[in-house]
Amino acid sequence: MAAAALLSLLVLLLLGPGVWGQTEPPRDSLREELVITPLPSGDVAATFQFRTRWDSELQREEVSHYRLFPKALGQLISKYSLRELHLSLTQGFWRTRYWGTPFLQAPSGAELWAWFQDTVTDVDKSWKELSNVLSGIFCASLNFIDSTNTVTPSASFKPLGLANGTDHSFLRYAVLPREVVCTENLTPWKKLLPCSSKAGLSVLLKADRLFHTSYHSQAVHIRPVCRDARCASISWELRQTLSVVFDAFVTGQGKQDWSLFRMFSRTLTEPCPLASESRVYVDVTNYSQDNETLEVYPAPLTTYQDVVLGTRKTYAVYDLLDTAVINSSRSLNLQLKWKRPPGNGGWEVGSRSPHRLQRVQLVGKTHSPASSPREAPPTPFLYAQRYVSGYGLHNGELSTLLYNTHPYRAFPVLLLDTVPWYLRLYVHTLTITSKGKENKPSYIHYQPAQDRMQPHLLEMLIQLPASSVTKVSIQFERALLKWTEYTPDPNHGFYVSPSVLSALVPSEVAAQPVDWEESPLFNTLFPASDSSSYFVRLYTEPLLVSLPTPDFSMPYNVICLTCTVVAVCYGSFYNLLTRTFQIEEPSKGGLARRLANLIRRARGVPPL
Amino acid sequence: MGLLSDPVRRRALARLVLRLNAPLCVLSYVAGIAWFLALAFPPLTQRTYMSENAMGSTMVEEQFAGGERARSFARDFAAHRRKSGALPVAWLERTMRSVGLEVYTQSFSRKLPFPDETHERYMVSGTNVYGILRAPRAASTESLVLTVPCGPESTNSQAVGLALALAAHFRGQIYWAKDIIFLVTEHDLLGSEAWLEAYHDVNVTGMQSSPLQGRAGAIQAAVALELSSDVVTSLDVAVGGLNGQLPNLDLLNLFQTFCQKGGLLCTLQGKLQPQDWTSADGPLQGVQTLLLMALQQASGHPHGAHGLFLRYRVEALTLRGVNSFRQYKYDLVAVGKALEGMFRKLNHLLERLHQSFFFYLLPALSRFVSIGLYMPAAGFLLLVLGLKALELWMQLHEAGVGPEEAGGTPGSSPPLPAAQRVGLASLVAPLLISQAVGLALYVLPVLGQHVAAQHFPVAEAEAVVLTLLAVYAAGLALPHSTHWVLSTQAPDRSWMALKLVALIYLALQLACITLTNFSLGFLLAATMVPGAALTKPSGPRPLCAALLVLTSPAATLLGGLFLWRQLQEAPLSLAEGWRLFLAVLAQGVLAHHTYGALLFPLLALGLFPCWLLFWNVLFWKR
Repeated sequence: MAAAALLSLLVLLLLGPGVWGQTEPPRDSLREELVITPLPSGDVAATFQFRTRWDSELQREEVSHYRLFPKALGQLISKYSLRELHLSLTQGFWRTRYWGTPFLQAPSGAELWAWFQDTVTDVDKSWKELSNVLSGIFCASLNFIDSTNTVTPSASFKPLGLANGTDHSFLRYAVLPREVVCTENLTPWKKLLPCSSKAGLSVLLKADRLFHTSYHSQAVHIRPVCRDARCASISWELRQTLSVVFDAFVTGQGKQDWSLFRMFSRTLTEPCPLASESRVYVDVTNYSQDNETLEVYPAPLTTYQDVVLGTRKTYAVYDLLDTAVINSSRSLNLQLKWKRPPGNGGWEVGSRSPHRLQRVQLVGKTHSPASSPREAPPTPFLYAQRYVSGYGLHNGELSTLLYNTHPYRAFPVLLLDTVPWYLRLYVHTLTITSKGKENKPSYIHYQPAQDRMQPHLLEMLIQLPASSVTKVSIQFERALLKWTEYTPDPNHGFYVSPSVLSALVPSEVAAQPVDWEESPLFNTLFPASDSSSYFVRLYTEPLLVSLPTPDFSMPYNVICLTCTVVAVCYGSFYNLLTRTFQIEEPSKGGLARRLANLIRRARGVPPL
Repeated sequence: MGLLSDPVRRRALARLVLRLNAPLCVLSYVAGIAWFLALAFPPLTQRTYMSENAMGSTMVEEQFAGGERARSFARDFAAHRRKSGALPVAWLERTMRSVGLEVYTQSFSRKLPFPDETHERYMVSGTNVYGILRAPRAASTESLVLTVPCGPESTNSQAVGLALALAAHFRGQIYWAKDIIFLVTEHDLLGSEAWLEAYHDVNVTGMQSSPLQGRAGAIQAAVALELSSDVVTSLDVAVGGLNGQLPNLDLLNLFQTFCQKGGLLCTLQGKLQPQDWTSADGPLQGVQTLLLMALQQASGHPHGAHGLFLRYRVEALTLRGVNSFRQYKYDLVAVGKALEGMFRKLNHLLERLHQSFFFYLLPALSRFVSIGLYMPAAGFLLLVLGLKALELWMQLHEAGVGPEEAGGTPGSSPPLPAAQRVGLASLVAPLLISQAVGLALYVLPVLGQHVAAQHFPVAEAEAVVLTLLAVYAAGLALPHSTHWVLSTQAPDRSWMALKLVALIYLALQLACITLTNFSLGFLLAATMVPGAALTKPSGPRPLCAALLVLTSPAATLLGGLFLWRQLQEAPLSLAEGWRLFLAVLAQGVLAHHTYGALLFPLLALGLFPCWLLFWNVLFWKR
């Protein structure tokens, strides 16, 4: 009996690892992807996505062995009972009007939003600790997130992953518009990648090139997703995204062609060995129509067609795991080339062709064509602009312009405004006008500010009529801060974080339902709603508002002078003005004096 | 203050003030004028210095070399402009887009209150074109502006060319942290005003304009450029803005730094910089520049397109290329390099320009007088009014008491209740009537222009000016009309009371003006104070009347014009002077209605009624 037991134990020990390896599917996987998109303005956008999926219940089990999933983030999830975490660090501003709708925009500065599990009792405390820990991980000033810039939006930020309850009291959202993003933030972000920047697509992430761009945004998104089609258990998904926009004028010397080497000063040599998928997508929708002038080199082996952001797009696909792609020349340097040499500079050729001009006019206000830089590029269906109006240091007005350029479809937009407490909003002055008429929002959530405690929160659901400009304006008064509350550069001004627009924009082409796991990563950032519209979240530019600022150069002198003036001049003048002068007749005197006079009279001496 | 609360010493002080009043007043007036003239001399003028750290230590290397490009842009612009007769909007849009800017246009229209004969315009409509260079990696929170005003008479095509060439050069650089707006405005100041109002989404002057499609955050600084030749001999810098506002001195220091660096010849008010400040020559030249600046600031008229930016708290100045007969000339590259340097340093700014002075006078480009040093000049002048008022007040209070009695019995209470009552009742009528005349002066010319034009053979613009003069002259008849409503009891005391009120009113107004626009306050004080102090019904009445008329606001304006042209070494003949005076009157009214200049309402509603009070005192019926 004992021998049998011993034998079975031995067998188990011998077979153990093998059995484990066979029965357990690979618990985590990595997919990496780069999308190169020519923008309507002629610039080029590159979006990296690295997606690590881990089939593990991080919260329930005591996980100690981490393979692809970064341990720093994994421990965060279990320690703070996170359900979702979204952090983005951005330098620059995505110009939707000129660059079209982005896959994923982020506000300039730092943005952090997180959903906590409903088991968390003190959400604010966890939020505070979480932001401090993230501040350490990403070398960013996230520790400046406190109650004065944290809000709990009621409708704008829904969980992006698997969720079975959306009680928004477990949501926290904060933006730091003043945060400057630089190499020190990129390095810790790169360290989270399984291949770091040694192999795969991440070799392109050279800091000196990435920060020579017009827009740089890096983000981390953690969310739970269904493990399989039945969705019986969950997996954790970590998406690290990085978007950059290369300025065609600066990097391309004014030409429309580009190459990986010119953009990143690197070429691709090998896929990341840990990745199960490593692909480069190039948006060739416009190039294929312009076949006579432009071509992507090397020629793609496969193409991929899908409806992305409401329009039909064609992508050239380069699979780095496919040996044919890399082995032909030991390195892959994707480039866009002119088929025939341009006549007089790159810009002119495209625009001079009459066929092209005609097409641009026909298409009008749609997403698709990269028009020549000589004309204003076609506008996306939804974009926004925000500014401070008025002058002087007493009052002002925050105005947001929402453009709906769709020729015949109206659609609703959720607008979220977070305004710091030192701008005292006059809510009764809130006006929303579209096409000269008042536009009543169907939903308003307003949470007034408390001085030094919490910011204003204003959320509205506004219906944007077709081809219209909607102006949302609200007046404010600038508060006078205590003199220790000013930032180190008080005359620079104070930042107001951008408005957030969340909308379901009507599609031009109905999208087919896609398989979540099979489709490329850029198409699965937001959960798909229905086929007739697509979800867009846009941010406006942050605002810089100057507050009345005291002269900090010599406060001591000023205090002394003021006190002297008040004490000496005011005091005596007040005294002089309020006092009445009367000449007092010498009185007859008291009893003692009368007595003395009596005695003096008796003595024959003149009285006192 | 014990001095004042002790009745005996107070009386002694009062007697001192009464006895020494005239010499004290003369002394104070002379001291004020002398102080002002002494401002140009070294102990009072200081060398300018850069206060802003962000612009100080870091020298930039200018690389602009687009002179040929600028000239070809300028030629194209001039050709297109000649062809279309207006601003070639389409060409500008195309060119700006081709150098890589985001381009927007703004159309505006404005019906002036009456036809502007100097610029020959009435119904104005035009289009502004602007291109925004978006700074990489910045979220369009801050911006700088380079504006080129194009007017009907000043084509300014070389400035447009240079701005476009600079835009092309700037676009290729990666160091920009602030967006740069290249703005070409039509109808010079009107276009700038329309654009600024639209940018800040306010409507101050009744301008109709289309809303702006593109913005670039808070504007930190602006430079206006005026060039009308391919080569320049010198660059003139204009600082004076609307209502005498001045940009931060650091902006001027910045310009001066690059003048020196590039070896450019730079002038202020068209005057060269004196080299020698140790002998009397330099300061004497400085006095001229100082006076020119004071006259220019007092006029409150923007001295260039930059002047309108100042209201919106945007530090701005105008650079004006001058092409004279001097031998040595600079090409556009030299000017472009100076501008490039200035923009790159402004780009370094972390905060708004705030470190240096906002209130200053300039006897030369590299010398300034700070507010603490020039204020006493105006203070001395205003002291005269104060002393006179004090004297009158004491006389009013002690009129019933003989001098020997007043000195002998300090115990008796001097103010007589009857005496006080007389003053106040008789003051109401002259005050109301003179204010009414002021109101008429402000309202009637523009309101009544059509009536006047219908009944008299004059055009609207002439009608406005003539109505203005007519109302002004009619005001002089006021003393004769006020006598109708006046009671005749105690005429002596009532004129003293009226003069007392008028003195205090004038002193208060001048003090307020001096605080915001020193030059205007000082000039008005220098002219109005002697008349105001000397006026009384007794004495040589015609002499006093002549003095008062000569120091009335309108005469001051006329005198200022002659002085201005004299200092610019282009003296006016009498007839020319009169014509210019009429034109300036019309311009003043227009500037109030189109840009919100405050000189006209200030004179019409404030100082003219006050002056009328003195006129009233002079002709008081005894």
